[in-house]
Amino acid sequence: MNIDWTSFMIWTSLIGGLLIGLAATLLLYFNGRIAGVSGIVGGLLRPTKGDIGWRAAFISGLMISSFVYMIANPLPVPTVDADITTLIIAGLMVGFGTRYGSGCTSGHGICGLSRGSLRSFVATVSFIGAGVLTVYFVKHLIG
Amino acid sequence: MQIMTAFIAGLIFGLGLILSGMTNPAKITGFLDVFGNWDPSLALVMIGALIVAATSFQLIKKNKRSFFGQPINLPAGTHIDHKLVIGSLIFGVGWGLAGYCPGPSLTSVLQGGYKPLVFVVSMIAGMGVFEIFRQLK
Repeated sequence: MNIDWTSFMIWTSLIGGLLIGLAATLLLYFNGRIAGVSGIVGGLLRPTKGDIGWRAAFISGLMISSFVYMIANPLPVPTVDADITTLIIAGLMVGFGTRYGSGCTSGHGICGLSRGSLRSFVATVSFIGAGVLTVYFVKHLIG
Repeated sequence: MQIMTAFIAGLIFGLGLILSGMTNPAKITGFLDVFGNWDPSLALVMIGALIVAATSFQLIKKNKRSFFGQPINLPAGTHIDHKLVIGSLIFGVGWGLAGYCPGPSLTSVLQGGYKPLVFVVSMIAGMGVFEIFRQLK
């Protein structure tokens, strides 16, 4: 293992994390809901009365945050190595997998671990493990 | 009011993702690349989020209801089943392939060019496949 010190951002990572924790706190305190993004989006595909507004509002907040960020700072420029075909396959897998496994990085990795949930711990180890093996395969075996 | 608080929570969540660099797929694959040039940023993002949320969730859990009187919806299941593991493994492979998970992809969708858009549309389609799959069972 070799730590990539040019990419590793200690303070912005930590402060960004604190903001994410604050957001999860607000949603649970005010709305009684877990800030799990895949669950919030997935719930809209099975809409029930009175359960749509908060979901749409949370997702709108996510989507609009880049415009708010731009008021103070230029947006970081993303690097997306995946091509279109890979993005389509990956998107399908992320969509199906997060719903079948009841959560994603936010729901299991942050909210679930915060509650000390064993299910979320198992899920987090599983998706990070699968991600590590996938990147190893793509970058070092075929890349 | 509940719409407003959910919107603000989403906004702060997104700002945290952008500030920490998590909307850049190269930083996600950099974190997953433990056998190459490892970028530990994502681990610190999780630690930061966990410090706040683990503390606040302990306090909020004591309340019967949310501030606006809604029930506190915490998942009740404790059973580790094949769905949890297989679903998470499928998600992990997709995550490693693209460097996007649901939160960062939605945060990038309006200003990240066509790539996050392609990912998000596919992701929603994947969730739709799950809904069909569930009804078939």
